[in-house]
Amino acid sequence: MDDKLSALAQHLKAALPEAVRADQVVNGELTVAIEPGEIVRVLKFLRDDQTCDFKILVDICGVDWPQREKRFNVVYHLLSITKNQRIRLKVEAGEGDAIASCAALYPAANWFERETFDMYGIVFADHPDLRRILTDYGFSGYPLRKDFPLTGYVEVRYDDELKRVVYQPVQLVQEFRDFDFMSPWEGARHVLPGDEKAKGEAK
Amino acid sequence: MGMTPDKVAYGTAARSTIEGAHTPPTDNDPYFRAMNLELADKGFLTASADALINWARTGSMMWMTFGLACCGVEMMQANMPRYDLERFGIAPRASPRQSDVMIVAGTLTNKMAPALRKLYDQMPEPRYVISMGSCANGGGYYHYSYAVVRGCDRIVPVDIYIPGCPPTAEALVYGLMLLQRKIRRTGNIDR
Repeated sequence: MDDKLSALAQHLKAALPEAVRADQVVNGELTVAIEPGEIVRVLKFLRDDQTCDFKILVDICGVDWPQREKRFNVVYHLLSITKNQRIRLKVEAGEGDAIASCAALYPAANWFERETFDMYGIVFADHPDLRRILTDYGFSGYPLRKDFPLTGYVEVRYDDELKRVVYQPVQLVQEFRDFDFMSPWEGARHVLPGDEKAKGEAK
Repeated sequence: MGMTPDKVAYGTAARSTIEGAHTPPTDNDPYFRAMNLELADKGFLTASADALINWARTGSMMWMTFGLACCGVEMMQANMPRYDLERFGIAPRASPRQSDVMIVAGTLTNKMAPALRKLYDQMPEPRYVISMGSCANGGGYYHYSYAVVRGCDRIVPVDIYIPGCPPTAEALVYGLMLLQRKIRRTGNIDR
C-alpha cells in the first residue's frame, strides 16, 4: 500500500514539480504539501489524470497554528474510487491570504469552502457565494481560531418589552472549569510535597 | 405458569393495579359509586365548567413536533405503539396554530432561538412548554458553547423540565402526565 502511495507521489512530482513542496507517507496515508498558488492546477491534475482519477472531494477543512507566521492550513482530502486510494493535500495560508477556490472543479467544494471561511476566516478567491454557512446570522468572529473564546462574545435572550430575541454580552453564572480526569492508576503522577527528594527505589 | 385464566378476565391485567384490576370500580371507589347513583337517580350529571374545560384540555393535548436533536428520537418513541401517548389523547401536530404543547426536544442554538420564539407566539392560548433534556433545560453539554442558548427558558416560559441526556420515552410520558396534573391544579378560564 505504501509503495503505491509513494509511486503516486512520485507521479505527481514528475508531472507538476514546481507545485509540490513536500510529500510523506505516514500510517499508510499520503500527505502532500502544495504551493498555495498551484492548488487548483494540482486538483485538476489529480481529478483528470488517468493514473490518479480522484473523482471525489471528501473534505476541505482548516487548521489554525497561531504561533506560525502563516497561521492557517487548508487541508483537502480526495478519494479515488477506481484506484481505491486516498490523498491529503495541505496548503499554507496567512491571515489575509486568499486561496483559489476549487468550486468550479468539484461542486462539493462550494459548501466546504464556505464552512472553512465561516470557521477560520480563510478567504477563497473566485468562490461563487462566499457567505457564512453554519454560524448565526450576523455572527462576528471565527469560532475555530485558537484565539476565539469558547463561550463567544454574545448570548441571546427574549426581551419581554421589545417582544423579540435580543443579543447581549455573555454573562456566565459559573466560569468554565477545566477538570483533570487523569486517574493516578493510569499514569498521572500526584507527587506529595517532599516526595520529589526520594528519587531511588525503596529498599 | 403464573397466570390464572379462570380468575383474571381478559384484558384487565393491563390496567393499573392501583385502581384494582380484579374488581369493578363500582365496588371500592366511593367517588365512582356516588356518581353512578346520581346518574341512576336523576339521569344527568352536574359539574363545574372549570372542571369540564380542564378535563377537555388534559384529555386532548396536541404537541408540536419540535425535535432539535437526539431527544427528538425519544419524543418520537414516546408516541410509538410501545408507550403510545395517544391513549392519553396526546398526539403530534405539525402546525403551531393547532397545538397546545410545545416539547423543546434538544439543543437550542442561537440561530434557532428567534424561530422557536416565533413558533411559540403562533400557538393559541392556553399553551404550554415542556423542556426536554439537559440541553433544553440549561445548555447541558454545550453550556459553555458560543452557539447554544443556555436553557430554552431564556426564550420561552417553561412549564415542565424533564432531566436526562436524553430522557427516556418513559420520562417524557411522565412529564406529560405531570403537565396534565398541573393543568388540572392551576387551570381556570379567564372571564
